[in-house]
Amino acid sequence: MRYLNAICACLLGLLISTSVLAETPSEAQKPLLLELTEVKLSKALPVLQQLEASEGADMMALFKTMLNGDLYYEKETKRLIAALKEQSVTRYSDLFTGAALNELSSNQVKKIKVNNTLRGYLGEAIARMQLNHPDSAVRTDAVRSLFSDLGPNTIELIRTARLNEQSRSVQEVMDVALALYRAAHSDDATERLQAVKDLEGSLEPEVRNQLTKLAENDPSRSVRKAAQIGLDKIDQQAEMYGFINQLFFGLSLGSVLLLAAIGLAITFGVMGVINMAHGEMIMLGAYTTYVVQLMLPNMIEYSLWIAVPLAFMVSGLAGILIERLVIRHLHGRPLETLLATFGISLILQQLVRTVFSPLNRQVATPEWMSGSIEINPLLSLTLNRLYIVAFALLVFMILLIVLKKTSLGLNVRAVSQNRDMAKAMGIRTDRVDAMTFGLGSGIAGIAGVALSQLTNVGPNLGQAYIIDSFMVVVFGGVGNLWGTLVAAFTLGVANKFIEPVTGAVLASILVLVFIILFIQKRPKGLFPQKGRAAE
Amino acid sequence: MKIKHLVSGIALTMGASVLSISAMAADTIKVGVLHSLSGTMAISETTLKDTVLMMVEEQNKKGGLLGKQLEAVVVDPASNWPLFAEKTRELLTKDQVDVIFGCWTSVSRKSALPVLEELNGLMFYPVQYEGEESSKNVFYTGAAPNQQAIPAVDYLMNDLGVKRWVLAGTDYVYPRTTNKILEAYLKAKGVAAEDIMINYTPFGHSDWQSIVSDIKSFGAEGKKTAVVSTINGDANIPFYKELGNQGISAEDIPVVAFSVGEEELSGLDTKPLVGHLAAWNYFQSVESDANTAFISKWKAFTGNPDRVTNDPMEATYIGFKMWTQAVEKAGTTDVNAVEQAMIGQETENLTGGMAYMNKNHHLSKPVLIGEIQDDGQLEVVWETEGLVAGDAWSDFLPGSKDLISDWTAPISCGNYNTVTKTCSGQNY
Repeated sequence: MRYLNAICACLLGLLISTSVLAETPSEAQKPLLLELTEVKLSKALPVLQQLEASEGADMMALFKTMLNGDLYYEKETKRLIAALKEQSVTRYSDLFTGAALNELSSNQVKKIKVNNTLRGYLGEAIARMQLNHPDSAVRTDAVRSLFSDLGPNTIELIRTARLNEQSRSVQEVMDVALALYRAAHSDDATERLQAVKDLEGSLEPEVRNQLTKLAENDPSRSVRKAAQIGLDKIDQQAEMYGFINQLFFGLSLGSVLLLAAIGLAITFGVMGVINMAHGEMIMLGAYTTYVVQLMLPNMIEYSLWIAVPLAFMVSGLAGILIERLVIRHLHGRPLETLLATFGISLILQQLVRTVFSPLNRQVATPEWMSGSIEINPLLSLTLNRLYIVAFALLVFMILLIVLKKTSLGLNVRAVSQNRDMAKAMGIRTDRVDAMTFGLGSGIAGIAGVALSQLTNVGPNLGQAYIIDSFMVVVFGGVGNLWGTLVAAFTLGVANKFIEPVTGAVLASILVLVFIILFIQKRPKGLFPQKGRAAE
Repeated sequence: MKIKHLVSGIALTMGASVLSISAMAADTIKVGVLHSLSGTMAISETTLKDTVLMMVEEQNKKGGLLGKQLEAVVVDPASNWPLFAEKTRELLTKDQVDVIFGCWTSVSRKSALPVLEELNGLMFYPVQYEGEESSKNVFYTGAAPNQQAIPAVDYLMNDLGVKRWVLAGTDYVYPRTTNKILEAYLKAKGVAAEDIMINYTPFGHSDWQSIVSDIKSFGAEGKKTAVVSTINGDANIPFYKELGNQGISAEDIPVVAFSVGEEELSGLDTKPLVGHLAAWNYFQSVESDANTAFISKWKAFTGNPDRVTNDPMEATYIGFKMWTQAVEKAGTTDVNAVEQAMIGQETENLTGGMAYMNKNHHLSKPVLIGEIQDDGQLEVVWETEGLVAGDAWSDFLPGSKDLISDWTAPISCGNYNTVTKTCSGQNY
């Protein structure tokens, strides 16, 4: 029995210590912690600095909770509490013991406020504590986040940590930090020269700034010269990565255009229907994502994958309905179709205004789509854009396979090439029309899911993309999916390369002017359909 | 039992007839409400319509004004700028309203102005704007640039030590004028031209990749950088999201915005916005008795405990209060008399202290800077000492440096040139 007890206690201890909350604050820390609950926002910094320097319990939990804005205190006992927000429920637990405090309600606690000055300090303080973190990636990030503020104390910490550092990559980053400090503060020219040499190869913005300062103001000529050489090397690299970055921005804009236009490429390109309500099909897809997240608040991480097939069905059905009820009766009368679908687009907009309110709806971004991967300090790719580029290409491939390999695809192509002949061969053209329209609209719905991650989900969402969609389809050549692909990426990349020079407003105007001129020269777009079918 | 029913029935009918008489009587004071209830601006303007209705209801409970009941006349200019002029004419000629509360965008105000001046109407305009205007027929209860933009820049410069500036805005009159003023102000403060980056984007811009990346490299030069944003409405959300995605936090490059308030933040994913700044004359989070009372009244009026309050609502509140005081002082609703009585009026701010109406038809109010919190509220981090008087004509633009507005005798002019001692004669 006693053994069992001991084991239990052991296990319990293990459990608590893994949650990093085992220690209780020392006597020296207690008054400081109390002061933290009373002090004014503008006077909180010295208290935190004293806490960081104090002996006793690890202040990591306190700093991290405070940085996240989850630090509260109980009004009565002034005990510090961490809040954990899950959906709409907020749960409280004791900051140091981790014990759950279920009986506390929100009016018994008060938040300890943070502002940018404190957040900046907390970030650095955490980084200083993390210099000895077991994970080497965390250590690297910690050192890098200290680059911008290398004081003598911080340098001392890094120097000590460097002695015990095993990982090559962390060692390198630490060396850069130490060299940065030497380059800035050493009185000895040869030491500065050596520091400049040590900094070679690093692309950190702080290194660049330090080198710029040295190249301009250093008393020693050899240091100035070495710094200038290092600077030129960095600038060369920066230029190359800047180009890659812009190319990525262009591809990402292109993928958005592709997603928005590809459904239209089917309805407009293959069927010849000018569908002004195409943008609203995108909007319906985006609202589907919103509804999915509303229904399944605990599954935000998977909501997009659930939303994709649902959005396809919602928009697809809406499309089939529109085709059956309106467009079918206006066959061969493009002007009337245009007006009727424009009317439908207004009806749909007003519908969502009535159902969901005219305010924009919030669609949450799953964790796996937030942030960016940093390839080096000069080049990082944002994850949401990266996923959307891949997703756009995936949708494109699937659509291509559907049109090339399935019987529906065969029928669609037959009807679009020669309606009368297809009819004579026994293809039910009206059914194929409905299916095609549904397919195009469904794809637009999928685009809506992707766009909900990039832009505001509101009643006007569709209108923002309808012009761009027509532009891409006309530019690429009506009725040609590959044309749409090339056109979307060309316009995206062109736009992004013009934008830094002319600004965003002029860039889109220039692209439009270019398309007008291009259509004058080649009225059928980049890849016109050839043969009798094109007549 | 039966008799009781009968009696109460009679009482009810009588009550109803009394009500209908008071409603039927021609002798009410009519309050025109000129806010878009449909179209793109409906999001923001509907709130202000409700605020005016709430104030009217409250005033009527207190027994109305000059012994008469107030009657709100609501029209919908539908976010359609020329329609603002037509609806103003309709309010002034057909409904013969005594005062109008209305407009949000500058272009709608510019559209209504000629009609107001022609028919000698009276309008209260409750939104922050670019200045460079002072009409005899308009009272500007929102912030002029020196009550929002300039103090925000001062805060960034003095308290956060910002040395490099990005002025980002949507491409229309308010951001362009504000940025012109800010650029002149920064240069006057000794900021070099290469430390200022100005960028304009179209309405509803959603692809912020290149611009944010430019801001990132602009801010990586070793000097503290901040973004002063006059980006309009819903283009803000993708902008802040992109900042977050590219790893720029509020500690690195803070963004101070002039059109992001509680209303815009409500119901949004505020994670990417936490720590960024906004400059206004009012925040819901300010603790004062007047504010607590106003918030609970507003929640009761809308029947929604989650509804938030914002700065243009406070401006509407101050404008309405001052108008009722001025009407009482003048003893009439005659526009000329009320206009003169308005000048010098004082009323309580919701954030504490008094707002004061100046000779140039602009208010003196305090300026607050707040940091966005994760619950969509703004926490005050800085405020001006005392009141800032609204300046109709910016002191930092060459064309308007010498102009002042003074609607009292003997000047009685909206754009009086203090050098040539003349009034240009143009009314607004």
